[in-house]
Amino acid sequence: MRFELMYESFFKIVEGIPLTLQVVSISTILGIFLAVAVALMRISGNRLMSLPAYYFVYLIRGTPLLLQLYFVYYGLSQFEAIRESILWPILKEPYWCGIITLTISTGAYSSEIIRGGILSVSKNYIEASGALGLSQIKTFMLITLPITVRQALPAYGNELILMVKASSLISIVTLMEITGIARTIISKTYAPVEIFLVAGSIYLVINFIIVMFVNLAERRLGIEKAT
Amino acid sequence: MFDVFALGPTGWGDEMLMGAVMTVLVSSSSLLLGITLGIVFAACKLSNFFILRAIAEVYTTIIRGIPELLVIYLLFFGGSSAVMYLAKIFGYMGYIELNAFTIGTIAVGAISGAYSTEVIRGAVNSVPKGQFEVGKTLGLSGYSLYGKIIFPQVARIALPGIGNVWQITLKDTALISVTGLVEIMRQSRIAAGSTHEPFIFYTAAIILYLLITRLSNIFFDSAEKKYSKGYVSKEAL
Repeated sequence: MRFELMYESFFKIVEGIPLTLQVVSISTILGIFLAVAVALMRISGNRLMSLPAYYFVYLIRGTPLLLQLYFVYYGLSQFEAIRESILWPILKEPYWCGIITLTISTGAYSSEIIRGGILSVSKNYIEASGALGLSQIKTFMLITLPITVRQALPAYGNELILMVKASSLISIVTLMEITGIARTIISKTYAPVEIFLVAGSIYLVINFIIVMFVNLAERRLGIEKAT
Repeated sequence: MFDVFALGPTGWGDEMLMGAVMTVLVSSSSLLLGITLGIVFAACKLSNFFILRAIAEVYTTIIRGIPELLVIYLLFFGGSSAVMYLAKIFGYMGYIELNAFTIGTIAVGAISGAYSTEVIRGAVNSVPKGQFEVGKTLGLSGYSLYGKIIFPQVARIALPGIGNVWQITLKDTALISVTGLVEIMRQSRIAAGSTHEPFIFYTAAIILYLLITRLSNIFFDSAEKKYSKGYVSKEAL
């Protein structure tokens, strides 16, 4: 073990944390909107809405994230029409391609979690709410949504951890976040074990903090832990 | 547009198919390694020895909390020297280099092993205690108890979970492409680079992955049916 190297590289790898957190939080927030939209489409009962949503989720869950990233970053830029469109300033940046890909991915996975949560809301509550004269939007905001959040939170915590892990892939399209910096140091110093331990611990700490927050939120919302 | 996929030396059709074969091969061997690790570490987690439980806990926590890519880099850059280090202990001084397939299998197998551990542990836990007790009362132990009585029940319960692990494993093998193993991902990158047609080759790769997913779903569904033979669900009673 080269402890000095570990000590030095720790401070270099730490510099990648802001980028990792930034990419994860932007795509998670955007992803929630996408996920709610897809989940609502899937349970809408209208085949014109539910079928595209179903195939979207199937497509994203059935293919590797790395392939999706390559598709967005390299595949789309092949077309002149895209290179000349107003979207080009966004699509030429690996940063935004990473965020787009991660947003789409988490949108698809979380839509399943949210769908499960919405479906778990008992019909009785919806009927009761209608009987009390609440509008559909009010029913959704005041009854369905809070129950869905409680139901979906434990699974969503897992999804957040998967997102932190998935964000490491953007290092492949040249972004220098935690894994990107770690890889550079490994290929310079050829000390894979040491750097793995440093970068790995950083990820474990981030994920541990996320788990703590999710647990806290679960306790706040009074969710019983399944044992 | 489709002549880039011609078979033979003029197109990339056969190369892409070989890439798909490689993906299936490396995924299958990773899953096999993963299930083996899963059985070992599930046994550790269920054992009465604190040390074994702690080792298994550390293993699953690390793998499930650290990006797959880092694990692959660790083995890609450190795998050969680790093996040479072990070989030195046994007196072999020569140079050993692991090929990309072996490295990929070990890396993805280790990842898939952590998920399998949880699936198998859950399945063993869901076998009623009475089954163990009755087996012991009948004087069974070792293989006749675990192999003949417990395993078939665990297999049935674990199968859907293993199907999910296969899905994860299949997608994780795309990451091995960074080590140079020519599977679907790597092959489509090469083809995209040389033809300047990334869109069409990544689309082809998407289709290949979806096809493999579809076929394996059919396989796991029929396996589930086979293992559920003679089993009546509680709801049906």
